[in-house]
Amino acid sequence: MRKYLVFFRLRFSMGLQYRAAALAGIVTQFAWGAMEIALFRAFYHTDPGSFPMTFSAVSAYVWMQQAFLALFMAWMMENEIFDDIVNGNIAYELCRPIDIYNMWFSRSLANRLSKAVLRCMPILIFAAFLPAPYGLIPPVDFISFFFFLLTLVTGLSVTVAFCMLVYIVSFFTISPAGIRMVAVSMVDFFSGAVIPLPFFPEHIKHILELLPFASMQNVPLRIYSGDLSGPAMWKAVLLQLLWLLILVLMGKVLNFLAMKRIRIQGG
Amino acid sequence: MRLYIKYFAIQFRSVMEYKASFFLTTIGQFFISFNIFLGIYFMFQRFPIVEGFTYSEVLLCFGMTLLEFSLAECFARGFDMFSIMIKKGEFDRIMVRPRNEIFQVLGNYIEFTRLGRIIQALIMFAYGIAANNITWDLGKIITVLFMLVGGTVLFSGIFLIYASLCFFTTEGLEFMNVLTYGAREYGKYPVSIYGKRMLQFCTFIVPYSLVQYYPLLNLLDRGKPYYSLLPLLACLFLIPCYLLWRMGVKHYTSCGS
Repeated sequence: MRKYLVFFRLRFSMGLQYRAAALAGIVTQFAWGAMEIALFRAFYHTDPGSFPMTFSAVSAYVWMQQAFLALFMAWMMENEIFDDIVNGNIAYELCRPIDIYNMWFSRSLANRLSKAVLRCMPILIFAAFLPAPYGLIPPVDFISFFFFLLTLVTGLSVTVAFCMLVYIVSFFTISPAGIRMVAVSMVDFFSGAVIPLPFFPEHIKHILELLPFASMQNVPLRIYSGDLSGPAMWKAVLLQLLWLLILVLMGKVLNFLAMKRIRIQGG
Repeated sequence: MRLYIKYFAIQFRSVMEYKASFFLTTIGQFFISFNIFLGIYFMFQRFPIVEGFTYSEVLLCFGMTLLEFSLAECFARGFDMFSIMIKKGEFDRIMVRPRNEIFQVLGNYIEFTRLGRIIQALIMFAYGIAANNITWDLGKIITVLFMLVGGTVLFSGIFLIYASLCFFTTEGLEFMNVLTYGAREYGKYPVSIYGKRMLQFCTFIVPYSLVQYYPLLNLLDRGKPYYSLLPLLACLFLIPCYLLWRMGVKHYTSCGS
């Protein structure tokens, strides 16, 4: 366990180095958030009755999404891992007395967390000062805030566990570009990054909420804005834990299979 | 021009060496913007109309924007990759050749995988035209042509700014993504729905609405006749972009290799 904590710490402090990049990212994300809210405002103006969430809940959802983008965006996968697999450097990693799944997992967690830590505060503070329906509302109550933090962590873990599957599958396919693109666009759509899940038609929404993708950003962001509470929230939290377990197990099994038939490509 | 065709052929042959990868990436490109389409589709399942625009009108708008963007990206991809070129020091090689630099940068990367997006844009565009019952006359055909030319030029101009800034920063600036990918992402809806101030910004500062919103109104028989000519005005945007590029080339100091 300690080995992996060291990996985590190392990556985390490495990620904190890129401050200028983070600043540029913050400005960009602020612009995206503003556009997203302007878009929803147009729909809200047209027909407030058809809106499935309150408008301030949508604003909170959008700002939280932008602030914690680095935690949940599937396209932020680690190119180094893909490079290692393609060019054969993976051989060095395999020589070490560590479990490669655990190492990559802790490393991805740290990478995403360090990016988010650098970026989230300015966005959250700025959004909190925006006028009423467009800004970030404070959490509804203490309990929902507690569950928000909890599900933020499990949501992040589910995302990383899913990305692990993509890394490991590229052991079998050699060229990771295709599988990666498909996986990324699937996550984007089904996790509520394109439009929040409540905006889907009812019957589709019910199916989507059961998929692992809904356990990523959808749960914490909706708990924060008060859109998900009571028994529905409990169900979502349990489902999140279940998916985390399933994805990690799948990853470990796949990893085991991959290690058995691995061929190193030169290097 | 003959040389560009030659570049084109070379790039095409090199891409075709890896056919499977080419097709996978093309399909992937298709899916990425297909998400945006699905987002629009499901929003309109819930709302019949937004700020006076119906579903089929929005699709026409999105198809057009996507087509302009993909064309520009296909040919001006060299600018998008320019930070890598600068970092590797490849620009030195270009400087010593007796040809225009822009021309060589463009020739170095031509992105054929954007085909997936272009096909999708064409389908949406065709659907938009059919569903809106547009009656064609010469004026409308010219409007569409102007939109295509103006939009491609405008997006290329923004890619050119992105590349020019690399002369000063070496790194590509993430903020520029708002103007390129952001415009593709949010250009799915007519600019006017983002509010009046956004429309002003997109008319006078970065003239997206000149190639999108105003001529679109004409296609839908709602605008004024001179709106059709506005995309040509947007082409003037290329002048400041070019000046910035010239400044960048003067400022250029190699970073080795």
